[in-house]
Amino acid sequence: MRELSGLYALWLREFIVFTRERSRIASALFTPLLWLFIFGTALKTKVTVTGAGAGMDYRLFIFPGILCMVVLFTSLFFGVYIVWDRKIDFLKEVMVAPLRRTTIFMGKVLGGMTDSIIESVVILGMGIFLGVSYTLSSLATAYVFIILLAVGMVSLGLIIGSRMESPEGFGMVVSFVAFPMFFLSGALYQVEDLPPWLTFLVYLDPVTYAVDGIRGALLGIGRFPLALDFALLLLYAAAMVVAGSYSFRRMKV
Amino acid sequence: MRETIRIEDLRKVYEGGIKAVDGVSLEIGRGEVFGLLGPNGAGKTTLLHMLATLIRPTSGSAWVNGYHIVREAHKVRQSIGIVFQDPSSDDLLTGYENMKLHALMYGVPRDVLEDRISRLLRLVEMEERAHDLVRHYSGGMRRRLELARGLLHSPRVLFLDEPTLGLDPGSREHVWGYIQDLVKERDLSIIITTHYMEEAERLCDRVAIIDMGRIVALDTPAKLKERVGGEVLKLKIRNPRLDRLKKGYIKKVETKGDYLYLTVEDAGKHLQEILAEVGEVESVELRTPTLNDVFLHYTGREIREGPPEGGYGTRIIRARAGR
Repeated sequence: MRELSGLYALWLREFIVFTRERSRIASALFTPLLWLFIFGTALKTKVTVTGAGAGMDYRLFIFPGILCMVVLFTSLFFGVYIVWDRKIDFLKEVMVAPLRRTTIFMGKVLGGMTDSIIESVVILGMGIFLGVSYTLSSLATAYVFIILLAVGMVSLGLIIGSRMESPEGFGMVVSFVAFPMFFLSGALYQVEDLPPWLTFLVYLDPVTYAVDGIRGALLGIGRFPLALDFALLLLYAAAMVVAGSYSFRRMKV
Repeated sequence: MRETIRIEDLRKVYEGGIKAVDGVSLEIGRGEVFGLLGPNGAGKTTLLHMLATLIRPTSGSAWVNGYHIVREAHKVRQSIGIVFQDPSSDDLLTGYENMKLHALMYGVPRDVLEDRISRLLRLVEMEERAHDLVRHYSGGMRRRLELARGLLHSPRVLFLDEPTLGLDPGSREHVWGYIQDLVKERDLSIIITTHYMEEAERLCDRVAIIDMGRIVALDTPAKLKERVGGEVLKLKIRNPRLDRLKKGYIKKVETKGDYLYLTVEDAGKHLQEILAEVGEVESVELRTPTLNDVFLHYTGREIREGPPEGGYGTRIIRARAGR
């Protein structure tokens, strides 16, 4: 019972802070606009979507990828707040509380996940202007993938953050992880067209399965079966949660 | 009577071989206000953090409220409150929100939660600013908020790490006042680390002097001062009549240059008598030994190293000059 109210407290704190720092949400939503409407518009005449989605507007094609990008970046960079908590010493207050380290970790994960969910609502809204037609089930399926991706990536960000002393250092390390994950995910291109060595790397990237799953759910042009996307992403998220709980147990205040 | 805290040969060696705490053994009783006095870097905070389960000891054992600090860390955490040296509230939240989160994390029952928060905020005179962001608080207000927060889950032991460090004299008096009220009203053991003599004297039943991770002396402030000698009268006298000073309460007579130094028991009481008998007095100065003298006595160093601070030096002078 205490663990539950503790979890609620930790989540509540993240939520209140998120609503007070509105610049966070504005900066998170600016980049996808650039991708969709500048990058997308510039390339749409040069890039032809083939296969199941043949003839599809390129901007529509990359829309699930851009959605995943927002979730990926917001979630991974959320790990910086554990570095800040340590810097402002709030971490001491939390770590001395009679809560399981897993609870403390999950509170943070839920907080980061909430940020990602709120931002993805706005991105999905932009989709209407691109001609995405939503159904209740396609939205629900998309959200399953968004949540799994967010949980996995917030966890990874927190694992990195739990070992870092400075926000600047955290930013450097996470950039090294975030950009390859984004570019390898097939967010901007079709995986079918790639040379084998690159295909291999793409298949190693968990974001690939989120992009593919959401593309399947919203546009009906997934490369893998939805169940496979779901299973692999679930596996990744679960592994990250376990690793994250462990890293919080060993974390220094 | 069972002790509240029992420490057995506790050690913490950091990477690189730095012995922050080097074999401390100690027992602290129920309801006691116990001071850990020492300069910065003496190992006070490390010791406190080990007792609060934030740092794992390298060796040795300790029990807080009967719970082992490593094996039963969870139970220790439930039964203690701590006010850290550096502010540890979230400055993007209001004072009230910080209190509420703390209460939820410690499982304070919902039906008493609001009542307890407002009672404690009233205790530290923060109820009017409760709904302002902590960001807009002064250092003293923040410390008061965190003191109230540390009491929210009714701990049986309260750790205060340098509770008045960096506060102006007014805020310091405030915080001391609250701590003294707490001692009166609650069945609470308090462990205070400090490098302010005045703070240790004013608040603590017993004081351990810590230097280089070891306890070099431990007793009541009064007894500690007695050990370095009683109060000293410094007199300049034209025609001293030393023969008249053979009295029970005069422990030592020394002459240095023009001055006569008398070590006197309860000097305030006997001052009149001494002045009347000793001869023609030109000047008199009464010097009360401070814990600084005690520290000097045991370590051969002054305790005054540490962050320079306004008002600190003058307080030392005031303490020296006596009442």
